[in-house]
Amino acid sequence: MTDAATAKPSPQLSLRGLAKRFDGKAVLSDIQLDIHDGEFITLLGPSGCGKTTLLRMLAGFETPDEGSIRLDGADIVGLPPNHRPLNTVFQNYALFPHMTVFQNVAYGLRMERCPAAEIRTRVEQMLAMVQLSEFAARKPHQLSGGQQQRVAIARAVIKRPRVLLLDEPLSALDFKLRKTMQLELKRIQRELGITFVFVTHDQEEALSMSDRVVVLNQGQIEQLGTPREVYERPASLFVARFVGEANLLPGEIAGVADDGRVQVDVMGQRMLLRRPFFPATPGQKVKILLRPEDMRLGTADESGFPGRVLERSYKGSTLDAVVRLDAGPDILASEFFDEDYPDFDHRRGEPVTVTWVPSWEWLLPDADAPV
Amino acid sequence: MSRWLLRGYLALVYLLLYLPILVLVVFAFNDNRSAYSWGGFSWRWFEALFNNRSLMDAALNSLLLAASTATLTMIIGTLTAVALQRYRFRGKAALQGMLFVVMMSPEIVMAISLLALFILLGMQLGFVSLLLAHITFCLPFVVITVYAQLSGFDNRLMEAARDLGASEWQTLRTVLLPMIWPALLAGWLLGFTLSLDDVVVSTFMTGPGFDVLPLRIYSMVRIGLSPEVNALGALLLLLSLISLMLSHLILTRKRS
Amino acid sequence: MLTRLFKPLFDLKAPFRSGVLWLIWGWLILLVLLPNLLVIGVSFLERDPQDFIRFSVTLDNYRRLFDPLYLGVFLRSLHMAVLATVLCLLIGYPFAWGVSRVTPRWRPLLMFLLIVPFWTNSLVRTYAIKVLLAGNGLINSFLIDVGLISQPVQLLYTEGAVIIGLIYVLLPFMILPLYSVFEQLREDLLAASADLGASRWRTFRHVVIPMTMPGVIAGCLLVLLPAMGMFYIADVLGGSRVLLVGNVIKSQFLDARDWPFGAAASVLLTVAMALLLLAYWQSVRRVRQQVAL
Repeated sequence: MTDAATAKPSPQLSLRGLAKRFDGKAVLSDIQLDIHDGEFITLLGPSGCGKTTLLRMLAGFETPDEGSIRLDGADIVGLPPNHRPLNTVFQNYALFPHMTVFQNVAYGLRMERCPAAEIRTRVEQMLAMVQLSEFAARKPHQLSGGQQQRVAIARAVIKRPRVLLLDEPLSALDFKLRKTMQLELKRIQRELGITFVFVTHDQEEALSMSDRVVVLNQGQIEQLGTPREVYERPASLFVARFVGEANLLPGEIAGVADDGRVQVDVMGQRMLLRRPFFPATPGQKVKILLRPEDMRLGTADESGFPGRVLERSYKGSTLDAVVRLDAGPDILASEFFDEDYPDFDHRRGEPVTVTWVPSWEWLLPDADAPV
Repeated sequence: MSRWLLRGYLALVYLLLYLPILVLVVFAFNDNRSAYSWGGFSWRWFEALFNNRSLMDAALNSLLLAASTATLTMIIGTLTAVALQRYRFRGKAALQGMLFVVMMSPEIVMAISLLALFILLGMQLGFVSLLLAHITFCLPFVVITVYAQLSGFDNRLMEAARDLGASEWQTLRTVLLPMIWPALLAGWLLGFTLSLDDVVVSTFMTGPGFDVLPLRIYSMVRIGLSPEVNALGALLLLLSLISLMLSHLILTRKRS
Repeated sequence: MLTRLFKPLFDLKAPFRSGVLWLIWGWLILLVLLPNLLVIGVSFLERDPQDFIRFSVTLDNYRRLFDPLYLGVFLRSLHMAVLATVLCLLIGYPFAWGVSRVTPRWRPLLMFLLIVPFWTNSLVRTYAIKVLLAGNGLINSFLIDVGLISQPVQLLYTEGAVIIGLIYVLLPFMILPLYSVFEQLREDLLAASADLGASRWRTFRHVVIPMTMPGVIAGCLLVLLPAMGMFYIADVLGGSRVLLVGNVIKSQFLDARDWPFGAAASVLLTVAMALLLLAYWQSVRRVRQQVAL
């Protein structure tokens, strides 16, 4: 992992040794994380992994049992939410139903006892930014989901927070609107230059929007890295499975070459594979991670792992195939259309061989194997 | 067949529930003293009622007491319901248990325990002792009424307000109160009615200088029949009907 | 260090929260817990003609409760309260069931009509019963007019009158929790039972009764406890002939000024309440459905 911390002088938000228990059960343990000014960072994980708790600690709704949260060097753990220069976009928006759109957006400034004239201009500016100027007098329940979402964002950023916290803000929207709002959020972030801390369980959303992704599992950070690192070079089997589709082939280290590459027995074939990120020892069980788009299907007479096509599905830009290998596991392969062969296809039951582009594989220690 | 039997049964129970009240109200307008023969329509018992100075004083005292009780109970009960709904704190179950026990306790048990306390403290019995006692027995009912409304309330709204810079007090004033005022008003009306209705606790808590209406009625109805009580009962019935309708309207209108 | 020590008592960072918790705890401890402890304490002390109590510990008050004279009063009071409760249950159970099976559109109105008397002054309602039952009251006059009797029958100042009064005042308290369990009782459970071959009676016995048990016990609790203490109903409708536990406690405190004995009687009432509450919680746990009280 390249450490971004060395590139920038000092982090804006710095979490050290954060831990939280509910009723004796650890929800978060020993969280270390640096977040930099202007960064779009995503907390990604399955439900119950602690990502929302972590966000609520940043906002001030939960107090950590241990550890510190430093904002520009000052510990903010004891500070109540209303004294923190961070604002939140809530899941399901939490718009005040008894106030108009204007009043909702103005709320934060009113609490600051901002002069009325200034409130008016700033709210109008903000509503213009989220393209809701003509809806100022409406109540939240008179707006569509996407519009409510924009109000929630406007309400949160009007106070010019140092950091904007977003708790699964897009989860209530339908697929198409979600795509639009993803772009919209990126635009707003660029325009305002605010740090975004974004919580989601949708890995695709995390990969497409973030500068860096924090993958959380059972209250611990599994991996911290750019979307590309997390996808292509996952630090654990959990990350490999959680982020994107994964083919995991079983293997056993047979030997280590001088250049660090390893000899691996994969389902009866010995292969020379790229250097693993962990110290490999002969006899060690490993998993070889291959993304569906790394897979290549060949005719039965080519070399590779023999198998038969089990399912075939048309995905628009790709053709996906499930191949049952003779050696056991099913693998998923996505092939892009080749314009030279528009009618190219595999039949179900057709014998094929499976290979992959050399050095696109990624080795992981097999945590599932009995030690 | 059994359907009509059931409906007939419901109708019968309602008839038995309302018959005594109906008779009471009708004979409040009876010109003669009898409780069974009609002597023509008359306002005379209402007039007698309003000319009865000491009774009117007691009524005013009671209204003052009921309004104070309702207001203070509404405030304390709302704060308690908010605390129960929003905070995790040690002893929360004990607090809920205690409120439940207060609600279930026979009034007379509460009355004598408070009497013992006030005598021990050397307190003069009267308005203050009545007020403290009435608030105490109304409290669980108001807490439950407000809590029921709060449990349908999205806590994130409060968090959103805090997040946007509102203090706890500002959050209550600008977000919670505007949204739950119907429950508060219903709680107020309930407290008012309970206080105005109470005989048991008031019997023990009242002092020489402060006469309240239920106790006046009590001494009037113990002895015999008096058409003045009919008139008073009709008025009280009207009052409680109005406050019940009001609270019903407020609570149902909010839901739609 | 110092702040950590005081944080449990008053958290300066959350003054509102701390203030509210202080207020409600203070209120309940000062006006509920402390007075009740006082009463328990007094019940173990001796009576003093001048200062109400004398500080010497005794079990005498409890012994006196079992004196045949008082025991008789208690048993009769209990008997009347239980009778009123059972009658309320018998009237209220089919009633609540009936209301819960009416078209949903009408249910709110029917419940509203039931709550109106609950919001009406209970003394006034007791008095209304008195008007009906009096020697020259409506019922007697009516019976004489139709020639069924020639002389007014003694209806007022009897145990029956007190029981009627208790039922009249307390019936809504029985019906409300019953109605809430009946409304939650799902029609498909009854259908399932019938489908599995149970007769209507067996469905009632094995499905309906267990499912509505929490409501039954809650209702009984809400009727039985006040029924023992409502001295004014006994006063107004029973004259001085019929006594409830409430009358005994009241006269011991306000007339005889025998506080320790009155306190012992009140403790007994509280213990009875605790036992009933226990039974209620047991039944709720068994059915795992909470009844809104």
